[in-house]
Amino acid sequence: MQRTRGILALLSLAFIAAFITLIPLWYLGVQSLSQGFQSFIDELFQDRTLSLIIRSLTLAVSVTCASVIIGTFAGWVVTMSGLPGRLFLTIAFSLPLAIPSYLSAFAWISWQPGISGFLGAFIVLTFACFPYVMLPVSAAMSRLDPIHEEIARTMGRSQGAIVREVVLPQLRRPIAAGALLVALYSLSDFGAVAAMRHEVFTWVIYGAYRAGFNPTRAATLSVVLLAAALALTFAETVVRGRGNAAKGGAAIRRRGRTSNRRTSFVAIAGSCLVLLPAVGVPVVNVIAWMSRDTTRNIEWSSVWNASGQSFVNGLVTALVTLLLALPVAWCAVRMRGVVAVIPERATYITHALPGIVVAISVVYVGIRAARPWYQELPLLIFGQVIIFLPVMVASIRAALEKTPATLEDVAHSLGSGTMTTLFRVTIPIALPGLLAGTALTMLAAVKELPVTLLLRPTGMDTLSTRIWDFSALSDYAAVGPYAVAMLVLAAVPTALLGALSVTRQEKQ
Amino acid sequence: MKKIHIRSIAVIATVSLILGACGGTNSSSESTNDSSVTVYSGRSEELVKDLYAAFTAETGITVDARYGDSGEMASLLLTEGSASPADVFFSQDAGALGAVEASLAQLPESILSKVDAKYSATSGKWVGVSGRVRVVVYNPTLASNPPATIDGLLDSQWSGKIGFAPTNASWQSFVTALRVLRGENGAEKWLTAFAANKPVPFEKNGAVRDAVNSGQVSLGLVNHYYLFEKIAAEGADAVVAQNQYMASGDPGGLVNVAGAGILSSAPHKNSAQKFVEFLQSDTAAEYFRTKTWEYILTSGATQAEGLPGLDSLGAPSIDLSDLKSLDVTQEMLQKVGLLTK
Repeated sequence: MQRTRGILALLSLAFIAAFITLIPLWYLGVQSLSQGFQSFIDELFQDRTLSLIIRSLTLAVSVTCASVIIGTFAGWVVTMSGLPGRLFLTIAFSLPLAIPSYLSAFAWISWQPGISGFLGAFIVLTFACFPYVMLPVSAAMSRLDPIHEEIARTMGRSQGAIVREVVLPQLRRPIAAGALLVALYSLSDFGAVAAMRHEVFTWVIYGAYRAGFNPTRAATLSVVLLAAALALTFAETVVRGRGNAAKGGAAIRRRGRTSNRRTSFVAIAGSCLVLLPAVGVPVVNVIAWMSRDTTRNIEWSSVWNASGQSFVNGLVTALVTLLLALPVAWCAVRMRGVVAVIPERATYITHALPGIVVAISVVYVGIRAARPWYQELPLLIFGQVIIFLPVMVASIRAALEKTPATLEDVAHSLGSGTMTTLFRVTIPIALPGLLAGTALTMLAAVKELPVTLLLRPTGMDTLSTRIWDFSALSDYAAVGPYAVAMLVLAAVPTALLGALSVTRQEKQ
Repeated sequence: MKKIHIRSIAVIATVSLILGACGGTNSSSESTNDSSVTVYSGRSEELVKDLYAAFTAETGITVDARYGDSGEMASLLLTEGSASPADVFFSQDAGALGAVEASLAQLPESILSKVDAKYSATSGKWVGVSGRVRVVVYNPTLASNPPATIDGLLDSQWSGKIGFAPTNASWQSFVTALRVLRGENGAEKWLTAFAANKPVPFEKNGAVRDAVNSGQVSLGLVNHYYLFEKIAAEGADAVVAQNQYMASGDPGGLVNVAGAGILSSAPHKNSAQKFVEFLQSDTAAEYFRTKTWEYILTSGATQAEGLPGLDSLGAPSIDLSDLKSLDVTQEMLQKVGLLTK
């Protein structure tokens, strides 16, 4: 009885969370059909819409391919190359996550104005996104048992054939999962393509909203983007194939440190080639902005206030997202039947919507349905939760899948209710995964721009809004201190993320 | 046991919400009296926050200012509809005001009469506050005889030598004006020819001006005040560039305005009107004159030193509310390859 009630409570929480993430659909439905169905169809079937789809997908596919290559290489450097300092390397390769795409794009363009357009967007997005592949791949690589490779070697396979036939097939799932995140991110990113003036969906949607005063067109194009995202998500489930999750059993042999000189050289040189553009270019430029104008007084108090506000917003957003994501992920992993999976699938639907669309829909719905909270912090948090819930659900899900259900069954047989078991058994075991998800969300919330811009309380400034305001005026010298504060603040959860990833791998 | 844990979830949720509410800064409590005014400000915080403070000092009315790009603010107002908390929309350009005209209230004659009618809405729903003129900024050593018409810019001698800022709102307003004045075909024809003359894109107007001054390009399409800004910052000796004002009636000499309107749904109508009146006051005139070198649009106002008389410029006549069709402009710019790559 207790169990059933607990399960029902969790299931209802899961449905509430899913319902929240679907709110943008309400707005998109109303708005895209506001001029009638015919004009929706007309807008949809235009040459310019088709060419937009092609341009957007070209960018997303190129960024994804490049990120898969770089991310897999980085994963290899961290786990299999034999280089010492694994924790340091993991954190170094995670650092691009701490740099907002708009900041990195401003850095590139202020240094090399000539790269604007596809090339610039491609460079910025690739170096911003490869950690999404690196993190799951390095986790999977550390679980690879070298025995398989050794067997293949004794059977006379070449090194290349071993990589192709033994190693890569085992990495298919993490690569697919990372690639999906990268593809969805590059479809929905606005900062990089705006700074690079590359015409893709988000640019046009934003333009239709901001300059066109044409919300119907913006909504119609968002529906197309949504369809593209669903197609990608579906493709990923196909590529990923059937699960091999939570493989317990025999201990995996630890990989010995092979200090082959040639391998080390490739690893070190390759790492430099990745880290220089990914971290070096943005950081050096930001510091150069600060030193460009030494005469000006920096208002440290306002840098400090904005940092504090960013920290509080990020933390609250991450905690609320965690609370909402937990029941969703738990139902998807531990319950049987279609009903239990619905909330999890629902959270993915809006995942590829650009932040600006989520922001507008929360404005639209919020001012009508939650007037007292409009332009107050709760609604801002609410808007950010919609954006970050899918990623949080995914990382909690992965963590829960690795905790054996048998432990929970034992707790139940000893008389614990569902909730007690959840808090006493499941959460403690899955804690590193939950922490990683929280760190990732906090990181993303600190960098987040469009929702903050539209929904923040009047008079509130965060680091991201400050950076945006000053960049819009091309006042790079003023951006400097805020950008540095942003990098420092975002580097903390990033380091936590890297450290968690390494400790989890070493436990296994 | 189980109930306690459900309660603990509720407690955590409540705590996060309260924490959230505390995190929000001094957001005003809903006041029904007119001791405050909510301004959606398309003019940047850096530029106008001291002016708003002066208004509070003078009237005791606090200003809750929400800053953002003028276009964003206009779209925000349209999305919010009549539930909007905004009282006043103070926009950087006329197009954004034109876009929300249906949500604005008729302004009183006492406000409208202070400004030449051509710098306000024909409908009387918004009023121009300050103006800026499009000019060709030129480097005298490279261009001794700069063109005074936009068709002069198409001459092959300027190929690859004209700087412009493709994403800049004032440039795009000029193109919108060109569409209004010459029709869609005429505008596209000019833009195609202009694109063929290989203009050099810069990120911002300030960068265009600097490139002209340093001789990287010979001509630049900017607003009149960028030159004065540089002279004020670096001294007259450091600046060789000069402004060429356009021939009378040429679309290139568009005068665009920053202006203000009061929302029909404004919760604080009285203080909103006081705020707009304040924007027309001598205090505000002095502020814009010395900080932005813009033209003050209130009749009979003193203008910044060095500016030619506004009436002597012969700006093209256009209903400024028509500048709102920015989406069509951007589409045309994309089509001719002047906006995106």
